[in-house]
Amino acid sequence: MSFEHILFSIDNGVATLSLNRPGQLNSFNTQMHLEVREALKQVRASDEARVLLLTGEGRGFCAGQDLSDRNVAPGSAMPDLGESIEKYYNPMIRTLRDLPMPVICAVNGVAAGAGANIPLACDLTLAARSASFIQAFCKIGLVPDSGGTWSLPRLVGMAKAKALALLGERISAEQAEQLGLIYRVVEDNELRDEALKLARHLATQPTYGLALIKRALNASMHNSFDEQLELERDLQRLAGRSEDYREGVSAFMNKTTPQFKGK
Amino acid sequence: MPQMLKVTPTEHGVRLITLHRPEAMNALNTQLLGELAAELAAVEQDPGTRVVVLTGSRKAFAAGADINEMAERDLVGILNDPRVSHWQAISSFSKPLIAAVNGFALGGGCELVMHADIVIAGEDARFGQPEINLGIMPGAGGTQRLLRAVGKSLAMQMVLSGIAIDARHAQRAGLVSEVTQPELTIERAIELARLIAQKAPLAVRLAKEALLKAQDTDLASGLRFERHAFTVLAGTQDREEGICAFQEKRRANFTGQ
Repeated sequence: MSFEHILFSIDNGVATLSLNRPGQLNSFNTQMHLEVREALKQVRASDEARVLLLTGEGRGFCAGQDLSDRNVAPGSAMPDLGESIEKYYNPMIRTLRDLPMPVICAVNGVAAGAGANIPLACDLTLAARSASFIQAFCKIGLVPDSGGTWSLPRLVGMAKAKALALLGERISAEQAEQLGLIYRVVEDNELRDEALKLARHLATQPTYGLALIKRALNASMHNSFDEQLELERDLQRLAGRSEDYREGVSAFMNKTTPQFKGK
Repeated sequence: MPQMLKVTPTEHGVRLITLHRPEAMNALNTQLLGELAAELAAVEQDPGTRVVVLTGSRKAFAAGADINEMAERDLVGILNDPRVSHWQAISSFSKPLIAAVNGFALGGGCELVMHADIVIAGEDARFGQPEINLGIMPGAGGTQRLLRAVGKSLAMQMVLSGIAIDARHAQRAGLVSEVTQPELTIERAIELARLIAQKAPLAVRLAKEALLKAQDTDLASGLRFERHAFTVLAGTQDREEGICAFQEKRRANFTGQ
């Protein structure tokens, strides 16, 4: 499959997926969904990819659903918006969350609607200083999707989550960082380099272990304390059998730099 | 030598049987089913093996029956289906059978899971009876054991819609006893199997039989059977050993006598 609406590459352990419909602020249409799905499938199947970097081309990150696909003419049948969620958005969000590697999101510009919630499903989200986040759903009578109603209260607390979702106000990258919605704000002209630097760094790290950390933290959102302790035991059991753990300990003992393989 | 099974030599009383038909996601064709029945019959005669763990691959425990094979059978062919006796052999296995399920357990695969006494599932396991999508229905206990395991409403939903459920759902419903990390499913099943293998074999066998009785008899008969089984154990050396060891605060050494 050749890609038209995204840019995709895997290089030195870093898979980069960039949404590429800059004229439409990278909003999703069906074709872009299919391409993202295919790219994520390749990342999952790849032996080389150890980190995924998700970003957008042009001045926007992602404006959510392309509403020109969705214009409801008076008198026409009501659309089933649940269908595209079931078919495209939910599987994409699940994949980002479950991908056994760190997923970095570099929000290069406006992130609205589903586009504001995709970064929340990633593991480390950076945003350009000029980027902004808008839970735009409430303005057109819809509900935040792509995991928004789940992520928001967990990241910023219920009071702020409700304000964000019910008012749909634009918040700046800086506010997003202060609220705990994202990891860090970066100067506009440094975003790409910073995100790549982070990705390249992680790609040399014990990524199998990092994936287990991600799994544990994700599970903590719904586990009881006891369940989480048991999960930690099981994941540590797995981590302890990894080649990277052996390498890490032996490098520490021998005072050398460990060469991790992500296994 | 079975061709579609990998059998690990018995260790600590536990034999691991792995369904191995990777090209077909472990679809249960007649040969595979026959090999499994034969393997369990061999274990039945082997006093050194006390518990069996049955598993598939990381991706699929068993993703159904072999549809091509099924398509070739007409009414008479199905009446004379050799699979029925294979299933019977599996269901009459008298030692504990633990299924370690990762990935898909669909159709015949789900029915095979339900032949096991205990089911340990990896977090991403999925259970379903999709036969209805092919214009057929479950034919190896799927409508009977599933209903007993998960109750009427969910069993109806699964069998009539063909939609699968995930491991957590299966655990809540009672189809699965424990959910674990997929990489640890087999290990956990073996750990449990070894624990059971240390118990008195005759007690384990009669307890299994009594529990299975509970599914197909009324309470009064079940209780009668339980009492008889309980009484039978009174004549075993292992009972004496077990109680003695408890009183002497030591570990029991069961011999199966």
